[in-house]
Amino acid sequence: MKRVLAIGFLALLAACDTAEDAAEPNAAPVAVPSHAKEMQARYGEGYAMTDHLGQTRTLADWRGKVALVFFGYTHCPDACPSALYRFSQVMEILGPQAEQVQVLFVTLDPARDKPEILRDYTAAFNPNFLGLYVSPEKTPELARAFHVFYQVTPGQTPEHYSVDHGVGTYVYDTTGRLRLEIDHTATPDEVADSVRQLLAAKKD
Amino acid sequence: MRAFSLLLLFLFLQTGWAQTPPLYATDAWVRATARGQQATGAFLTLRSAEPLRLVGVRSPLAAAAEIHVMRVDDDGVMRMRAIPWLDLPADQVTELKPGGFHIMLLSLRAPANAGQRTTLTLVLENAARQRQEVTVDAEIRALNALAPNPPHTPRDKATH
Repeated sequence: MKRVLAIGFLALLAACDTAEDAAEPNAAPVAVPSHAKEMQARYGEGYAMTDHLGQTRTLADWRGKVALVFFGYTHCPDACPSALYRFSQVMEILGPQAEQVQVLFVTLDPARDKPEILRDYTAAFNPNFLGLYVSPEKTPELARAFHVFYQVTPGQTPEHYSVDHGVGTYVYDTTGRLRLEIDHTATPDEVADSVRQLLAAKKD
Repeated sequence: MRAFSLLLLFLFLQTGWAQTPPLYATDAWVRATARGQQATGAFLTLRSAEPLRLVGVRSPLAAAAEIHVMRVDDDGVMRMRAIPWLDLPADQVTELKPGGFHIMLLSLRAPANAGQRTTLTLVLENAARQRQEVTVDAEIRALNALAPNPPHTPRDKATH
C-alpha cells in the first residue's frame, strides 16, 4: 500500500492560518516576477520549529529580515543542494544586504536529518543558513501548516526511502508575511531582485 | 574549476561479448557529504558504441547503490524513483547529472570528502544479456558542486 504521509493543500487548514492573521495592513506591493507567484496566505507564520542549534523558532524570529524558506531533505540528490547553492549565490549577489536575509532549510525527513547533519549540510553552502525541524511525528503537521506537499516513497530497503517534495521557495517579507513563492527555475539574480524589493519596502 | 577535464576513459569491455565495444565514461563525480549524511549522488556521462543497459552500480564508498531518475513535475514537486536499469542507446550521450538520472549511493561506509577520489563500478548488459563490469575513477566534489542549470523535467512539456 502506498504510504502517503502528508498531502498538502488542505483547504481546511487555510482557515486556521487566516485565524492567526495579526492585522498588518498596507504591505508594500512587490512586483511579481515570472518566476514567482504572489502569496497572500499566512502559511506557517506562527509555527514552532527547532533550529539546528536546538533553539525553538517561529518565523517571527526573523522579522526585520527577508526569510527564504525551502523544504527538503539532505538525502535529496540535487533539488535541495541546487536550491541551497542558488541561495548561496543570492547572498553573494546581495553583498552587505545579505545580512538582512535569512535562508531557512526545513527538513521533511527529520528521522534521518539529525540537527548536526542539518548544521553541517547547511553550512556547506553558507554558514549563516539555518536548518529547521520538528519531530518525525509532527512533520505531517508542519507540512500542512506550510501547505507544502511531500510524500515518502519506499526504496528497495526500508532505510533507503526517498521523499518527493515541492521545490518552491517561500519568501517572507520583513514583517514576517509570506509574499512570494519562487519557482525552482528562478536564477540567483531574479531571487536577489525580489529580495531587494522586499528590503526596499521595509519600514524603519 | 568545473572544467570538463577529468578522466576520459576509453574502456574495452572484455570477455563475454560478441565484440569488444568501447564505452566512454567521462566526468564521473560524487557529491561530497555533510558529516553523518548517509547517502549522496554520483554523476557521469556515458556513451556506448553498441546498445547497452546500465543495470547496476557499486562503489567502495557505499554499501548499496541505485540508479535513479528525478524530475520536477508541473505541480512543482520533485519526484525521485529508483529504476531497474538505464538504457544506453548506441552512439548516444547519456548524461547522469543533477536534475535527471543519477546514481544514488546509499548506506555510505565513510564520509565522501571533497577532493578525494573513489570508484564507480558500472554493471552493463548487452543485447544478448551478457554482463560486463567497468570501473571508473570518480572525483568527490564539494557539496555545493552543481551542474550549471537548475533541475528541470526531462519530459518535454510546455511551460506555462
